[in-house]
Amino acid sequence: MISTESRKEKFLRTEPPPIKDPVEFNLVLPACDIRTLSNGVQVYLLNMGTEDTMMIDWVFYAGNSFEKKKTVAAATNQLLKNGTSRLSAFELNEHFEFYGSYLSRHCYNETSEIVLHCLSKHVDELVPVVAEIVSDSIFPEQELGIYVQNSKQKLQVNLQKCEFVASRMIDAALFGERHPYGAYSTLEDYSALERGDLVEFYDRNYKNGHSVIFVAGKLPSNIVDMLEKSFGSLPLKSHKGADKNIVYNAEPATEKKRLIINDAQGVQAAIRIARPFPNRHHPDFQKVMVLNNIYGGFFGSRLMGNIREDKGYTYGIYSYLMNHIHDGGWMISTEAGRDVSVATVNEVFAEMNELREELIDEDELKMTRNFMIGSLLGELDGPFQVLGRWKNLVLNNLDEKYFYSAINTIKTISAEELQHLAKKYLIPDEFYELVVI
Amino acid sequence: MLQFNRFTLGNGLRVIVHEDASTPMAVVNVMYDVGARDEDPSKTGFAHLFEHLMFGGSINISDFETPLNMAGGENNAYTSNDVTNYYIQLPAENIETALWLESDRMLSLAFSEKSLDVQRKVVSEEFKEHYINKPYGDVWFKLREMAYKQHPYRWMTIGKELSHIENAALADVQDFFFKHYNPVNAILVVAGNIKTDQVKFLVEKWFANIPSGKKYIRNIAAEPKQGSARKLEVRANVPLDALYKCWHMDKRLDHGYYVADLITEVLGGGSSSRLFQRLVKEKQLFSNIECYQFGTIDNGLLAVEGKLVKGVKMKDAEDAIEDELDNLRKEKISDKELAKVKNKTESAIAFEDMSVMTRANNLAFYELLGDAALFNADREKYLAVTQDDVLNYSNKIFDPNNSNTLYYYSEN
Repeated sequence: MISTESRKEKFLRTEPPPIKDPVEFNLVLPACDIRTLSNGVQVYLLNMGTEDTMMIDWVFYAGNSFEKKKTVAAATNQLLKNGTSRLSAFELNEHFEFYGSYLSRHCYNETSEIVLHCLSKHVDELVPVVAEIVSDSIFPEQELGIYVQNSKQKLQVNLQKCEFVASRMIDAALFGERHPYGAYSTLEDYSALERGDLVEFYDRNYKNGHSVIFVAGKLPSNIVDMLEKSFGSLPLKSHKGADKNIVYNAEPATEKKRLIINDAQGVQAAIRIARPFPNRHHPDFQKVMVLNNIYGGFFGSRLMGNIREDKGYTYGIYSYLMNHIHDGGWMISTEAGRDVSVATVNEVFAEMNELREELIDEDELKMTRNFMIGSLLGELDGPFQVLGRWKNLVLNNLDEKYFYSAINTIKTISAEELQHLAKKYLIPDEFYELVVI
Repeated sequence: MLQFNRFTLGNGLRVIVHEDASTPMAVVNVMYDVGARDEDPSKTGFAHLFEHLMFGGSINISDFETPLNMAGGENNAYTSNDVTNYYIQLPAENIETALWLESDRMLSLAFSEKSLDVQRKVVSEEFKEHYINKPYGDVWFKLREMAYKQHPYRWMTIGKELSHIENAALADVQDFFFKHYNPVNAILVVAGNIKTDQVKFLVEKWFANIPSGKKYIRNIAAEPKQGSARKLEVRANVPLDALYKCWHMDKRLDHGYYVADLITEVLGGGSSSRLFQRLVKEKQLFSNIECYQFGTIDNGLLAVEGKLVKGVKMKDAEDAIEDELDNLRKEKISDKELAKVKNKTESAIAFEDMSVMTRANNLAFYELLGDAALFNADREKYLAVTQDDVLNYSNKIFDPNNSNTLYYYSEN
């Protein structure tokens, strides 16, 4: 053991050093330069960063909300780079990889995207090929066949995982399977995909679709000209109003509680507990972000403190407001030991109860405020993260005022107001409770 | 070129400072020279369990998380077979809070029975979540045991089995702490919007009085050279047959390591890689295939794994992989292909360097390897790899006698 002698020091280790309260920080969202291409497509540019790296994110209104047949949006998005009239899938992949770049595709509910990460010095070799993908992708029958076969196999593996099944089923319960947020793919949906579905979807939502472009990093001086040259004369349209006509058929489940035995031998239960919640435009959204942090939003939250750090029922538990544009939800998510899954669910509701019944003490509230501001400061560090913030604002039809009002809410919301919100929303009867073993 | 300053405290703690005025944040990274390879074979998983206990209160500070959150900070940690690393990110103004917290848990833990009891359960749930309750979750337990007969890489960081974690006692925790967690066995990196003088002052204040401890001398026998091919068949409740192969490769600082890393790119890096193009796209034998290596300090493994398309025979799948390895052994890769994998590596390094947290972590790791400046030399070492290197090294490692194969059959 260490001798007590060696621990004698001129200062107290039990006393925290003085800090500057993060709530006193003045957070600034670095401004974006907004340009418009000849065809009306907007480009958000953020020229910052110390490394010679950059990213370009082409967002299309081509999410699953726009599909007439299930999984068509995701399949189209994935197969965009699997052949143009000029280049085969291999040649396209080789081109991007030769320059050390990454071309990823993602499909969400309203939007989908093509994202390029590259060294700034190579961007001029890559942008024209992305334009080729957007204007001349051909979706070869054979590529679709491979995609269908491999997607089905991947799905079969995922369906054995309780957390995968739970995440699908809770969305279906909250929104209904005919709602873009509740729909999920089955093996049959993949089998039913036809090349014509993809070609039609591509033509409407990419080639002649609504788009907005986000660019960040250490940018070459001619980046706007480069984008104008490759994209400015394509038949693309501005993203504004592109999501106006989406139909959201909400058909929430009638049963609030459900237990699914997916694997009789399973040693853990995937637990999802969720309620509907309004989107970012609702005046309670930013306030509930603070309440959510106290409840289960970070490692220092109550759910984590109680269910992991006190009871050891799980490796981790979090709650969050769902990142949706239209209808939202408030979700609690964890994988807990099978034998303690009922106890875990009980504690989740017990923590709701406490937030309703008791005023949050000032120290905990201050800690949460400071954590949230500190964390935000960290997230604003680096061009890609800042661009992500901007993208989120733009796609949710918000502007920087929203960012500053969120900060103001974090700094000023009172314990009384948080308790009022807990009473309004943390009502056990309004939550869906799903356990998948 | 990454700039840094370096000094050593009287108690042997090595300190590296990396100044970056472009960020409002600071990172405090403490790497301890201990990993799962330093464990007793009957008490595996301990280094990782111990990492959890580092958050359960230290001698003077009962709660690690709250004061850090109060200062606007976040933190995490990881354990590998080689090292254990703790990192904090917080607004640079509050850097002292991080140094206060890290120094106190380097001084001594609270050794609470309650914390041990809870973290045993938490780690058991982590074990279940990642390895038991997951299709194919046990693969690397089996492959490591097949590939290593002597070296402690034969068990996973999480531990060989759940019971080792469940049986951990407080006395083990104390022994482990005083053996490994002291200034002579640690490296502290402070990075971000800070100045070296300021860091020097604060580090002296909080760390200089910690007794240096005894330098831990690692004495791990090298894995004997494998003499013949090893194979294992498994049947499990999974939907698809899968094939796993791995080969012994060089250790982290050897030239062969860099060649092996580029070979993984040739074979499995991206959709234009050989295995993906030939076996997933052209021959359609696999629905996915990957090639990777573990980045370990001691002699590691290069692995190929893939799930077979339903109906494909295991032998056909394996032969097809062997054909690709044969190609690498017989024919030099082209200039263009070599340039591609080097460009990819150069770009991956540049993207990694964007984060001050990753830079701090890397500086600590290279210092642990012998010299933080090695970090800056890595890029050049990749660029120096030649076509002949790839050919010769492929011949060296893709020797059937150096191979370990796991045939993982679906019993459904």
